[in-house]
Amino acid sequence: MSADGLSIAAAVKAGETSAVAVAEAALARIAARDPVLNSFTTVTAERALAEAHAVDAALARGEDPGALAGVPFAVKNLFDIAGVVTVAGSKIDRDLPPAGVDATAVQRLNAAGAVLLGALNMDEYAYGFTTENAHYGAAHNPHDLTRIAGGSSGGSAAAVAGGLVPLSLGSDTNGSIRVPASLCGIYGMKPTYGRLSRAGARLFAASFDHIGPFARSVRDLAAAYDAMQGPDAADPICTDRPAEPAIPALTRNTEPLRVAVLGGHFAGEGIAAAAVASAAKALGATLTLEIPEARRARAAAFVITASEGANLHLADLKRRAGDFDPGTRDRFLAGTLVPATWVIQAQRFRRWYREQVLALFHDADILLAPATPCSAPLIGQPTIEIDGAEVPMRPFMGVYTQPLSFIGLPVVAVPLRRSGEMPIGVQVVAAPWRESAALRIAAALEAAGVSNAAAANG
Amino acid sequence: MADKPFDAAAYVDAVAMVVGLSLDPAHLPGVIFNIEQIAQMAGLLMDFPLPDDAEAAPVFTA
Repeated sequence: MSADGLSIAAAVKAGETSAVAVAEAALARIAARDPVLNSFTTVTAERALAEAHAVDAALARGEDPGALAGVPFAVKNLFDIAGVVTVAGSKIDRDLPPAGVDATAVQRLNAAGAVLLGALNMDEYAYGFTTENAHYGAAHNPHDLTRIAGGSSGGSAAAVAGGLVPLSLGSDTNGSIRVPASLCGIYGMKPTYGRLSRAGARLFAASFDHIGPFARSVRDLAAAYDAMQGPDAADPICTDRPAEPAIPALTRNTEPLRVAVLGGHFAGEGIAAAAVASAAKALGATLTLEIPEARRARAAAFVITASEGANLHLADLKRRAGDFDPGTRDRFLAGTLVPATWVIQAQRFRRWYREQVLALFHDADILLAPATPCSAPLIGQPTIEIDGAEVPMRPFMGVYTQPLSFIGLPVVAVPLRRSGEMPIGVQVVAAPWRESAALRIAAALEAAGVSNAAAANG
Repeated sequence: MADKPFDAAAYVDAVAMVVGLSLDPAHLPGVIFNIEQIAQMAGLLMDFPLPDDAEAAPVFTA
């Protein structure tokens, strides 16, 4: 399926097709192709058809079902879906009762007319960058089934890149939207920390937890983001700022944006550096800026994540450690032992680092950085080669994403498609609350033909 | 981090007892490896001089 979500919504609204026909086609694609991708863990067929019928009925009554009328979407399986157990990639949480209500993000996409198709595979409790899940199997990269989709929102990226659905939701704590978007060659957005409500989404490390969309066009990404904006008392860090719609900014705002490339820690090598260079060239960016102490920022994010994540699961780690995925278990166990002074130092460093980074936005509106150090490694591959040195693959995939989510900056991961090779993404980074600027630059790269997120199966 | 070499095995043993975690011996090597990784990361932070007014920014509203 090559159409983006807004094309589908336009066709549904124009009566060229029906939301039910669109949902049935998506269910057929999932049935045909997901046995190899392994991106879905639950397919909500009955609910999807009921929602699609409601969209068609609204249109028949002359009502507008919303900007995403009839657009199929699916969510990482840490989002609550009423009547479904929120497993968050774990075996342990299968013992929980089904969710009573939908997560806020699901409610808001539904309210915009989108149709929920199901829940998607992920790393256990979001602690990983590979979606090689011991309980549910690995999500496969639609561009090469022998390779990882990335993680932790790997199913969310694979389902969109494989053309099963045009839109999905993931979460990003240290790179879990941007890494799989890069490896699967699609757009992914991690808005400003606190912009979108996380209510009804299973937390991992609350200091850094964000949610956001994946799509194959920038306008779909923006439309989904717009549909989910707005205050929500059910999430204590969700902003009270009024929604700032990005779609109007994409089409009408022409105020020039100053683009710089991040050097130093973010300079990258090989194809990661080449990807940033080609984006910079297309945008006419010549300025290079450096974020001080980015390596320490990654370290601080690492320490806080280990400690917060482990604390959240302490009861199960004490009672049933053997039921955790061996890929996350020992990290969670170690995280229970982190001394308080390391965590407090990391949180204080976060404050200092934030001030240093915000100062860079006096000289540029947008910062460019690689999204991942390489394109998708093979499933089961233990190490990657960086600057001629072998480094452990799993933690290293977040080397460029982690120092940015650490202070909650909004980022759009923009895929660069290279003919005959695996895709890789670039991070388009803006100042806090300036998601629209990042989306405008992503759209400029898409319009220039530098970026392309066509589905892997055409 | 600590000024002398970090004895991760001894640390894991002692602190697991304090937090009430009884570790399966099969999990121990992985836990020791991971606490060493975290300690290495923490070392980068504890080495860094922060001004006293660098206050953590928790989102807590009374």
